Parts: sequence; structure tokens; C-alpha cells
Amino acid sequence: MPFACIFVPNFSVAAVFRAEPELRARAVAIFEGKPPLEKVFAMNESASRAGITPGMTKAQAELCSELTLRPRSPLQESAAHAALLDCAQSFSPCVEDAAANAAILDLAGMESLFGTLSEIARNLFHCTADLGLDANVAVASNPDAALLAARGFSGVTVIPRGKEAEQLGSLKVEVLFPAQEERTSEQKREAGRLPETLDRWGVRDLRALAALPEVALSERLGQEGLRLQQLARGTASRTLVPVEAPATFEEAVELEYPIVLLEPLAFLLNRLIEQICARLAARALNTQELRLTLELQNLTGADPESDTVGIPSESEAAKSATESQATSQQFVSGRQAKFCRTLRLPLPMLDAKLFLKLLQLDLNAHPPGAPIVKIHLIAEPVRPRSTQGGLFLPPSPEPEKLELTLARIAGLVGKSRVGSVELLDTHRAEGFRLRRFVPGAAPETKHKKSATEEKSAVAALRMFRPPLRANVTWENGELAGVVCTKKKEVQGSVLWKAGPWRSSGDWWEREAWARDEWDIALQSNEGVALYRLVHDLLGGGWFVEGTYD
Amino acid sequence: MSSAVFSTSAALGRPFVFDGEEMEEVCSKTSEAQLFSEGRPPQRVGSAAFKDKDAKLSGVQTASRLGVRPAPAMASSGIAEMDALTGGLPRGCLTEICGPASSGRTTLLLSALAAATRRGECCAIVDAGNALDPQSVAEAGVELGRLLWVRCGEESPEIQPELKGGPNGAKKNFAKSDSAEQRLEQFLRVTDLLLESGGFGLIALDLGDVPPQTARRISLTTWFRFRRAVEHTPTVLLAVERQSIAGSCSSLLIKLGTHRHRITQTADVKTPALGHAQLLTDLEITAEIVRSRMERKPAGSAEITFASKTAWAG
Repeated sequence: MPFACIFVPNFSVAAVFRAEPELRARAVAIFEGKPPLEKVFAMNESASRAGITPGMTKAQAELCSELTLRPRSPLQESAAHAALLDCAQSFSPCVEDAAANAAILDLAGMESLFGTLSEIARNLFHCTADLGLDANVAVASNPDAALLAARGFSGVTVIPRGKEAEQLGSLKVEVLFPAQEERTSEQKREAGRLPETLDRWGVRDLRALAALPEVALSERLGQEGLRLQQLARGTASRTLVPVEAPATFEEAVELEYPIVLLEPLAFLLNRLIEQICARLAARALNTQELRLTLELQNLTGADPESDTVGIPSESEAAKSATESQATSQQFVSGRQAKFCRTLRLPLPMLDAKLFLKLLQLDLNAHPPGAPIVKIHLIAEPVRPRSTQGGLFLPPSPEPEKLELTLARIAGLVGKSRVGSVELLDTHRAEGFRLRRFVPGAAPETKHKKSATEEKSAVAALRMFRPPLRANVTWENGELAGVVCTKKKEVQGSVLWKAGPWRSSGDWWEREAWARDEWDIALQSNEGVALYRLVHDLLGGGWFVEGTYD
Repeated sequence: MSSAVFSTSAALGRPFVFDGEEMEEVCSKTSEAQLFSEGRPPQRVGSAAFKDKDAKLSGVQTASRLGVRPAPAMASSGIAEMDALTGGLPRGCLTEICGPASSGRTTLLLSALAAATRRGECCAIVDAGNALDPQSVAEAGVELGRLLWVRCGEESPEIQPELKGGPNGAKKNFAKSDSAEQRLEQFLRVTDLLLESGGFGLIALDLGDVPPQTARRISLTTWFRFRRAVEHTPTVLLAVERQSIAGSCSSLLIKLGTHRHRITQTADVKTPALGHAQLLTDLEITAEIVRSRMERKPAGSAEITFASKTAWAG
């Protein structure tokens, strides 16, 4: 039964390179610890050549002018680890989370799907590279042999069945002992003693360890010695402990300096979105909701609920949540405020450029209002939409393009002024609301009419918003004339009238209304025009509400 | 962008020569055959000098041989009489509906939208005057889920406080009324975005409440751009205005006017002047084709009358 292992050497540095690919060509060192006792924890080869070693203080490392220092970021490392698992999950359902920087896959039965073992190994290598990680990939007949080969050999390694001892023999004994970051507490206790012992014995590589007599080895090193020898021979056998890959797709970046402008923010957002999209694509998933959390620099002296900082308050956000596609939330934790935006999409999508543009438009409309120190982006995964447009159906706008167009239009006219109409169950004037325009979600009409069927035209009303206040003249108790001061063309003598048609409602609420409606024909200079005249019975005013057109 | 008709006669400073006219020198049949054999269209030449220059313009077609643009596909307007008059609304073209208030422009617009949504097409209306009545839209038979409504103008309260007249009787101050220029700017940008997005069966541009002097600020190049954007697409671009403003950019220009309105007596009462004894039941609308590129009819050659019933007329 073949197994593959993906191993990312120098994981902390790889996680930083994944977040900041432009650093790959430079000398980079990662430090950790509390100031002022920060020490160098890991570095890349360029930094090693420049003389940087682990354990150096940050102050010492800063003497190297060409060195770029970055703090160790658990967020970036966890995102890189999740990406590693995503990559493994895209090739096999049975994946063991061996370490933060290693994943082991059971490849049984996968050859018919993905080709030969060497092809699978190469594809795994390319897949991890696409996710921004430089990994070693090894395939062997047992998980531990694959793990040792991935630790010891760079690039892609395929060990044929029965050749494990031969191939692993050239590896140094150190590969048996994981690096400090991978060790468990038990391994840490043994880690100091065993390598030293083997070194004293003159055992430098796995071939030498494999050749040692078993009984003598067990007498001196116990069961741990035997286990190490089995590993060195490539004969250790165990079952994988598969993990359910978490369905959380989140990426984050902590900024050294706060961002003030939206343009550099878009640059960083683009990187995060691309990383999330690559991970979603690896798992053949799309997303329908993106949650952006921006950690803002402390707002000392600013009231977080006031409008002065430009961030909508929580209550406002909750109020607008029902109608808007992007909702916002802002809360203060400690001395730092968090600004959240949620982008809900009508359909599952996976288009990094579209997501970036939508977030940009949303942030333009709702700026955070304070410098940003940390960006956190989460995508809710969903299965891709599987519907296909019919060949003979009329064309409709592409969902991705339409979403972007609607966002742009909303930026121009306001979110509440674009959408499709939904009539409310009321006789009140303006008894409607606008909801999100989703062409695919248009409900079928109850009595479906054929496309060719035509009904007679229905006279339409054009509304005046707001209604025009009118002065009404009476003669012998009859409506005689109407004058609108705001609109000069709506005035003249009443040629004909029908009404009043009385309606009222919502008397049990504060927003009660009662009105009389008249349909009138006015003779003006331009000719005869028909209008709807309204008498507000509660307010007492007369208004021209619209014209029949 | 634009295609230009290039005349060899105009280029060479000669008077135009039409197909049927006699020429001083006509190229021999052999030379004509040679031209044909070289894959060039036959050219008429008048002199040796003309021959030399003509050789340079060998790729230019004579006006008589220019290809005729195929007739656009037509979409139903939802009114049989109107379809009989115009043949429907041309796809990939700009159609203008103009007329004064109460002339039936919105009725025709909503009928076209209803017909389009019944066909399963997505439609959009860019409402420059924020004048669309959703109740009328529903009564016209428009499938509301397929209609995108863009209301130009500033944010304003949905329920006008002046009409509320609630117990508190509070009179809120309206937001400062938006300027016509701002609305027009929004209107143009939204239209551009919708045309760029594509996929709509009908895009309606409602300028019915915009005064003609304001609407005329939209330059002809803008209308030309709109026309080019819908060209070769199945989209019907329909503009509703008081007066025609798109000039030659529109393929079809329909002028509407109210013929008369019919009032029904609802009760046998002694005083017919009583308002509630009468009911507005239908409007008779006259439609006239002012310009049509589909049929080369002279202006004002056709006029029809059709009736539109009020929703409560049954």
C-alpha cells in the first residue's frame, strides 16, 4: 500500500514566504520572544550565509544590513499548515496530520485516478508550489519511510517497494529526530540523549544504524532504539490516523506598520484572496460568503460608537444587515478596535479578481476610519454550483459580472436604490421594498403564460417622489382647479374627476395613514393630462401623487 | 469604431458617378477580367491618371456594392397593435418612445417589460426621475424578480413624512433635493455599467420626467456609444423621453399621444357631476412612427390607436 508524504522544510520561514513572496530572494530571519529578549528562531539559507545563526538576539541580527527580520506569526503558520492539508486532501481522502509541516497521504487506489506514483508525487509537488509552499514530496510503501525520505531528500522522491533500506541508508541519523518545532514533549526528552549516543558509537547514517544487531541495540537503547532501527530499515509499519480536514479557509496578515490608505490594503487583500481561492480550488470548493476583519490601531480618545471615526456602529450594522449584501460590525476589544465586513454572494463563486473588486467597492463605501494593523479574511466554503444554462433559454447576465455591476451601481446610487421590487402586503402608498436582484432566483409565476400570449395594456402611473403639494380650488362644492407650485406644468382647471376613493390603514401603529384619492384630468397649456390627487386625511394636505401615462 | 463609406470619386476630386451613367472611357473587358482575376472588385476608370490612382484604391468598394446590414431581430412590445405598426422592438438597436405626460409612454414601456420577462429575459430599468410605480409594474404583468430597478437620485426616506400624518405629526426636513445634473450623471454611468455587463433582454432608460432642456445635455456621442454597446447583442435599448433627443442614433422613434380617455358611469345617479359616480376605465393612445430604419417609410406614414385599460377596469 503506497503512502506519500509532503514535508515543508524550514516551516516558519516557508510560512512567511507564502505570505510575502517578494522576500524569497532576500536574507530573512524569523525571531520570537518578548521584547527586549527576542531571539532569532529560524532563517533561510541566504541569512545563514550572512552569518545569522539561531539563538542570536534581534539586536545582533539587526547589525546585518541586508537581513530582513520578521516576527514569528502563528497565524501565518496555521494558514500554511491548513494549506498543506488542503493540498493533501485534494489527492486523497485519508490524510494524517503528521506534524505542522508534514502530512502523510494514503495513496491506495489513487493510481487509477491520478496516474502512476511518480506522477502523483510530481503533481503533489506542483500543487504545494501553487499554494506558495516549497515542499519535499516522497512516496514509499509505508508512512514512516515516506516521512523520512521527505525529510531527507529535497524535491520529489519515489522509493520502490523493497528498496526502502537501500534508499534511506544514505540519510543522516538526524532525520530520525524531528526539528525542534515538530517535537512532542516525550520526543524532546529523548532528543538530547539518543543522537549523542549514536554519534559516540560512530553511527552517522541510517545504513549504519540498520546494520546494528537488534538484541544488542535493544539492550543498550531499549524499545526506542529498536523503533529507530526499524525506521532506518524502512520496515516500520503502522496505520494512518486520518484527520478530517477543517472546513475553515482563513488567511491573515499582521502588518509591521499600520496601513492608512485603501490602495495598499487592496494589494494585501489581493494576496490573501488569491491564497484562499487557491486553497478552495484545491479542494474543488467555492465560496458564498467572505468575512473581512480589520484590526485597527487603537482609537484612544475616539468614541467607537460615534460617527466621527467613520465606522458604522453595531446597531446600525444590525439594522442594515437585512437589506444589504455586505454587512458591517465594529467592536472594541481592549485597546484595539475590529472592523468587520461580510460580503454575501448570491451564488457560489471562485474568482479572486471579482472578490477583490467587490471588497474594494465595499470598503470604498464603508471605510474603516482608522489605520489597519491586521487583516483577517475568512471564506465560507460551499460546493460549486452545478447548473448549466439551457441551450434554448434566453440569455441572462453572468452572475459574476452582474454581481460586480450591481456593486458598482450601488456605489453610485446607494444600496437601497438598486434591486428588484417586492410588493408588501399593504394598501399603503409606496408599499414595496427593494431586494437583491438575483435573476436565477426569480420565482415562477403562479399562472404561467406563454411567451406569445399578450394581454391588453394596463394604464400605468408615474409617481412624483416626493408627492407634489397642491393648492386645490373649489367651485360650488366641486373640485375646480389644481395648482402645484413646485412643478409648473401640473396646474390647470379640472376637466373631469373620479373619486374620492377612501383608504386607511395601520391605525393601530404610530405610522397610521388615511387618504382620499381622486383621478382628475387637468387642462393645462400643454394639453390634457391625467393625475392622481391625494388628500391626506390625517395631515390635511393635498398632493398630486402621480400621473397616468 | 465607426464605418466610413469612402467614395473613389470624392477622393480623386471628381463628381460622383452613379452606376447607370455613361463614362468617357470604360476599361476594356480584358482589363476588367484581369481585375476580377486579381480578386479585386470591378472599378470604372476615366483616364490614365485615374487608372494609376485607382490602382491604389483597388480595395475600396463602390457605394452600390456596399453590403446591406441584416435586419435586426424583433422583440414583441406586448401590444399587438404596436407590433403590427413597427414589427416589434428591434434588438441590438436604440428605440425612442417620446410624448408628453399622459401620452401612454409608461404603459408601452411596462408592456414591453412584461413581454420580455414573460419570455424569461432579464430586464433593467434606469429610472432617472425615480418615477416607477411598482404597483403598476406588477399590474402590467411584469415578473418582478426579473426586473432590475435602478433609482437615480439621492437617498430619500421611503415613506414621505409629509404624507404620514401620524399622531405625532412630526414634520421631518427633506434632504436637500438632488440636482438634475447629478441624476443625469448617475443615469449615464449606470447605463454604461448595465450595457457593459450585458445579458439583459431589455434595458429601459426612463427620462420621462427629465425636462427636455436637461435631457438634451446628453451628447450625441453618448447616445452613439450606447447604440454601439448594444449593437450585435440581443438587447433592446428603449429610451422613454418627452422629446426625441438621440437623433440619428435611434433606429426607431415612436411618438405617442392620448387620443381620448374613457370614463364609465358607475351608478345611475341624478347628479352626474358626482366624482364617485364615475370611473376612469381606459385610455386610447395614438402611436406614430416618426423614424424607422427597419422599414424605409417616410416620416409620419403610419399611425395607430390602441387602448390601455386601468387595473381596476377589469
